[in-house]
Amino acid sequence: MSILVWTWIIVGLTFALYIGIAIWSRAKSTGDFYVAAKSVHPLANGMATAADWMSAASFISMAGLIAFMGRDGSMYLMGWTGGYVLLAMLLAPYLRKFGKYTVPDFVAERYYSKVARVIAVVCAIFVSFTYVAGQMRGVGIVFSRFLEVDITTGVIVGMAIVFFYAVMGGMKGITYTQVAQYVVLIIAYLIPAIFISILLTGNPIPQLGFGSTLSDGGGYLLDKLDGLSTQLGFAAYTGRGAKSMIDVFFITAALMVGTAGLPHVIIRFFTVPKVSDARKSAGYALLFIAILYTTAPAVAAFARTNMIQTLNDKAYSEAPSWLTNWEKTKLIKFEDKNNDGIIQYRKDADQNELTIDRDIMVLANPEIAKLPNWVVALVAAGGLAAALSTAAGLLLVISTSISHDLIKNVIARDTSEKKELTYARIAAGFAVLLAGYFGINPPGFVAQVVAFAFGLAASSFFPIIILGIFSKKTSKEGAISGMIIGILLTAGYIIYFKFINPTANTAEHWWFGISPEGIGTLGMVVNFIVAIVVSKFSSAPPDDVQQLIEDIRIPRETRA
Amino acid sequence: MSDKSPQEYWKRNIRYVGILLTIWFVVSYLFGILLVEQLDTIRFFGFKLGFWFAQQGSEVIFVILIFVYVRLMNKLDQEFDVHEE
Repeated sequence: MSILVWTWIIVGLTFALYIGIAIWSRAKSTGDFYVAAKSVHPLANGMATAADWMSAASFISMAGLIAFMGRDGSMYLMGWTGGYVLLAMLLAPYLRKFGKYTVPDFVAERYYSKVARVIAVVCAIFVSFTYVAGQMRGVGIVFSRFLEVDITTGVIVGMAIVFFYAVMGGMKGITYTQVAQYVVLIIAYLIPAIFISILLTGNPIPQLGFGSTLSDGGGYLLDKLDGLSTQLGFAAYTGRGAKSMIDVFFITAALMVGTAGLPHVIIRFFTVPKVSDARKSAGYALLFIAILYTTAPAVAAFARTNMIQTLNDKAYSEAPSWLTNWEKTKLIKFEDKNNDGIIQYRKDADQNELTIDRDIMVLANPEIAKLPNWVVALVAAGGLAAALSTAAGLLLVISTSISHDLIKNVIARDTSEKKELTYARIAAGFAVLLAGYFGINPPGFVAQVVAFAFGLAASSFFPIIILGIFSKKTSKEGAISGMIIGILLTAGYIIYFKFINPTANTAEHWWFGISPEGIGTLGMVVNFIVAIVVSKFSSAPPDDVQQLIEDIRIPRETRA
Repeated sequence: MSDKSPQEYWKRNIRYVGILLTIWFVVSYLFGILLVEQLDTIRFFGFKLGFWFAQQGSEVIFVILIFVYVRLMNKLDQEFDVHEE
């Protein structure tokens, strides 16, 4: 059977599965809709969190990104995993004990302030929207590459699926579809990775093959890759990259802290039955994430080595068939500049004849490893699972922020539960439509605003949630001024360098050499300092708030 | 008689988290970023050690740290009789 037929079959089967789960797990109350009735097993929540977190970018683009960045790519690997340690130890158990539905709920009660709630809601909606537009676009791209339909059709199909299970099932539907999506995406990622590891090193475990010798007797894989890279004029793969140490440090920290402050990740820990389950499911979540995140750098090194060895300085007429197949998608381009019929891959732009899109490192792997057509189809289903699961988690945050935080708690406090549930469904529906619109007509700045999502989460939520738990003295004045100054600083810096004066976006103009991607770390530090200093000069939180802090610090009250 | 107050529970919790987060910082920021060049002079199988910490080791150690924390806290909850039913 052809790749196309296999893709329709496998994608069709996975979609049928997601819809089946949605029908089985309909939400009947706001508790179901917002937090899946707090009844999710920690293992299931770990899988759901992993799928929620790993986006189309993690699945399709990350390995390719690392393949071209070498050691600098480590900042994504550490940055997008290390935040879970912070979540497990500093946030998840206490927020689960607090026991409400949303991050703004906690901010509002802990800081006894409607203003704080509104700031938190605006941040949550902004962060989630910048993120979700990219996911819908990802769905469209996967569709168009594998199913030969245009991007718009792809986005619409993706919207219909998400609409169905997010609007119907809320958090409950999303959780169980995410569990299924995790299984699909991890299998789809590992099969080609295992085979390409065997192909190059003879070792079936990619994480070990990464540090093994090549089966063709060329010594250690990484030494070989370092040698090939320098020979072609690139920096050594495992050596110093293009970024300064301070920038790598700040970007890594912004990604870690941003992860721990992202509302769609935090609310996943509200769905488990107990405080101890919240800790445990953070561990499972990171375990499931790390399976992909330790495979990705291995895939990066395998794919890059293999690409250089099979293509560079070889005659175009004898190149492997995957090259010509992928040339059609324009993800890889050969331009014979010196008309010698031989492919030259070089750092030097004048001599280089091969243009490679980073996404091909994952997408072409099954063909490079000569795997059967159904594996190619599985990779398509995996990419879709990654994009859909993340989109659904984000859409839930947006709809909850509107129905629960804005309508129920600010605009009309007398809203009945039944009405609130209806509002939540309507808000989810609108959010899907709006996200789809941005997926079809992506604003030119989608790629640039991803820095925003992490930077804002790092500089707004993270410090005040931490202070809210670990310091009884932090007052509402402290929290509000900390959030506002942290956000303004971070947003101002990003807007200046990305939109107002993009030509100045170079290391010599940056503060201390910190790029806009890493500025969230500084925003976070400033937020902490402002909140602590202002709290010193304002009155301490009232007694009931002090009591609330005491309560969330222990899993259960001691027996008197 | 040992102190079983919530304040003492909180102090112990902070101490555990402090130790675990120190390890978290050392394996990633220190070994993977700040000292990466120095550690890269040491070989670890087919890897340079600093590179391994940055691309494999810190991720694996992060997972272990959370499970250690889970164990420590479950024991602490029992000891202070604040565990959930």
